[in-house]
Amino acid sequence: MFPRIVYESFRHQARRKLLAGIAITLGVAVATAMIAVATDIGDKINRELRSYGANLVVTPQEDTLDVEVGGVNLKPPSDGAFLNEADLPKIRGTFWHNNIVGFSPMLPVTVKIGNGSGAKDVTLVGTYFNKPLHFGKQDFTTGVRITHPWWKVEGSCGDGALPRSGRVEDSPAACSWPNDGSRDILVGERLAAKLAKKPGDTLEVAGRQLTIFGILSTGTAEDDEIVAPLALAQQILGKPGAVRRVYVSALTKPQDAFATQDPNTMTPEVRDRWYCSPYVQSIAFQLQEVIPHSHAEQIRQVAQNEGTVLSRIKGLMLLVTLAALFASALAVSAAMATAIFERRVEVGLMKALGAGSLAVSAIFFAEALLLALAGGIAGFSAGALLARQIGHSIFNSQISIEPVLLPVILAIAVFVTFAGSATAIRRAVKFDPVFALRGEG
Amino acid sequence: MSAIPGTLHTPKQVADRRAQAPHTSMFTRMLLRAAVLRRRRAAAALLAMVVAAAVATAMMNLYVDVQAKLRTEFRNYGANVVIVGKDGKSLPADALTKVESAAGAGAKVLAVPFSYAVARTKDGRSVVVVGTDFTRARQLNHWWKVSRWPDGPNEALIGVRAANVVSPNRQPFELTFQGKTIELTTAGMLQTGAGEDSRIYLDQSEFQNWTGVAPSTIEIAATGTAAEVESFVRQLAQLLPSADTRPVRQIMEAEANVLTKTRATLYASATLVVLTSALCVLATLMGWVFDRRRDFAIMKAVGASERLVNGFFAAEAAAMGAVGAILGFFIGIGVAVWIGRANFHAPVVPRFSVFPYVFAGSVAVAFISAILPVTMLRRIQPAMILRGE
Repeated sequence: MFPRIVYESFRHQARRKLLAGIAITLGVAVATAMIAVATDIGDKINRELRSYGANLVVTPQEDTLDVEVGGVNLKPPSDGAFLNEADLPKIRGTFWHNNIVGFSPMLPVTVKIGNGSGAKDVTLVGTYFNKPLHFGKQDFTTGVRITHPWWKVEGSCGDGALPRSGRVEDSPAACSWPNDGSRDILVGERLAAKLAKKPGDTLEVAGRQLTIFGILSTGTAEDDEIVAPLALAQQILGKPGAVRRVYVSALTKPQDAFATQDPNTMTPEVRDRWYCSPYVQSIAFQLQEVIPHSHAEQIRQVAQNEGTVLSRIKGLMLLVTLAALFASALAVSAAMATAIFERRVEVGLMKALGAGSLAVSAIFFAEALLLALAGGIAGFSAGALLARQIGHSIFNSQISIEPVLLPVILAIAVFVTFAGSATAIRRAVKFDPVFALRGEG
Repeated sequence: MSAIPGTLHTPKQVADRRAQAPHTSMFTRMLLRAAVLRRRRAAAALLAMVVAAAVATAMMNLYVDVQAKLRTEFRNYGANVVIVGKDGKSLPADALTKVESAAGAGAKVLAVPFSYAVARTKDGRSVVVVGTDFTRARQLNHWWKVSRWPDGPNEALIGVRAANVVSPNRQPFELTFQGKTIELTTAGMLQTGAGEDSRIYLDQSEFQNWTGVAPSTIEIAATGTAAEVESFVRQLAQLLPSADTRPVRQIMEAEANVLTKTRATLYASATLVVLTSALCVLATLMGWVFDRRRDFAIMKAVGASERLVNGFFAAEAAAMGAVGAILGFFIGIGVAVWIGRANFHAPVVPRFSVFPYVFAGSVAVAFISAILPVTMLRRIQPAMILRGE
């Protein structure tokens, strides 16, 4: 009898069931989408924060002081120690290699440009633009286009911005930087204005005739400098394989008290936990391990602030998600309460025929359970689609939903539906059947 | 009217009493009685209305205010505008005052002067010495890790890498610039992971007494929208034609990038939340009106016109929407202020400009949720409803 009552109720009151079902579906969809977005927002914003550039710098351990004022390097070029370029791909072999978005080596060299009386000293920086490298079985590309996204090359790359995916391969074909194997150079915009040079001109640098590939605009010291492929800078300096420092851009976890502890004073288990957390400190530690005679340090301007920004945005999304969950719970409860309230006459009839309060409540709860499950599954799928859509249109990347979330969402849907129905069911059951049947609400 | 016992009811007396009674139209009386007699249902409907309006208000308020809050957070990244003397020359002496006067209208600006010189240590090594205003530098560069800020005469702040060269044991040291020697003591160590680590920082006036070099760089943190900062940069360029004013692209572009993404996410989320709240109101109010189909039937049975009945339910919904919006607005403002405190440690400024939207939205949703069931009921004969079918 019990299943038949429930079945017939669904068959004959399809309209009412549909309304309640829609409310549950929409509520669950919003809740699912918001939970998915909120859990993923940290990762997404972390990636966006990488547009601030590198957050770690690796220097030789025995390095001498930098003597640099306003982009002019006064340090003797061969002074100090160097890192070995051959060690760089090993950065991909660290524990957190998946968190390392990119790295660029830098080799500043002071060079003479022009000849005769017009000669003057400028800094030439050798680096990777977008160099293909491989470590073990991994093939990857790295360079300033990833670590310094605000660098723009005039004339050749539109606004110079990387595509949203952060992958250089996705840029339009017209958007090109000098080839890392070439002997083409980029000239900083202020230097180019002083020299009255434009792309395609040649410039005599340290006795070599080099082609200006484009005009570089960075808003920093490089505007007065020349940027060239690393191999060319090494050749000019006469030190093959030399690198002065490496900028590393890594996805990190906001630091806490644990992060700043000294790994040498930790017990082995604690140290393992520290080592396996993507703190900027532990990534720096791992970089020092793979690159011999190096010293890795966080760039505090970038590294220290991203934690705060990240936690603010995450906190905000958490609160908004709570508001969304609250609103959807309320909407589901309201719909259920309304649906049950309309059925007092039915309750009156059932009670007049001798049904106990328990039996009547059981019927309603069974219906609520079915509605919640159906609405929950439909809402979960709709919410997943919605989250995907949000991820696609805002971050241009996937917001994936863990299937683990489904039972959780279903449980929440059932709970909220029950909670919303409970008061209405109690009132419906308590209502005197005589009044109900006479239609006196 | 039988509520007044023991009085005679001659037609004249009744007419007199009615004339004296406060004049409330039948329409208002019906509205009020409906709300009073079905307190619980009315309260439930109103509650839904209030909650929805509150959530909508909080979301809109946050959406408007969060951008300003995040911009303030982003200023922790330091300067977003830099003024540099052309070809390394010093800036005019009044540059700093000019920058600060240009800030004027609303925009919060923090300007820090820097002057540079290359001095030699006793053993002939070169080191960059910087003169600055420590109080301002401290406000601008929150990420500087400083063991102690200098506060006495001849005290210097020393970058960790410079310290290894000039004063490995933190002993007093001498520096020479163009034949003039100064003796300094170490106040504290500076660590940033960037160029600052190789430099020595001195107070600007001491630096200038020693070297005679005036500031050549002013770093500025200007808080405001991208457009505000741009116009500020243009204004500065006009005020200081002898210098090179430029935005720090690394900071500005990254900030715009993160801000746009956050705003878009917040917008999407706020829309979803507001829509869900509207759904909640719709479900509750529709139930509330549908439930009163007997009132509807009786009104029609005693001869109320279609227009009157529609007007009645519409007015009721509008009243509920209005009351709900006003109550909800203030609760929502409270929630937004609380979120501001909890998340940004600064209160969100109440935006009264969102009130018209919340109000109009609430009334509109209430209206729709009332009219929908009424149009459904219109097709049914009053007699059927009254018979309870």
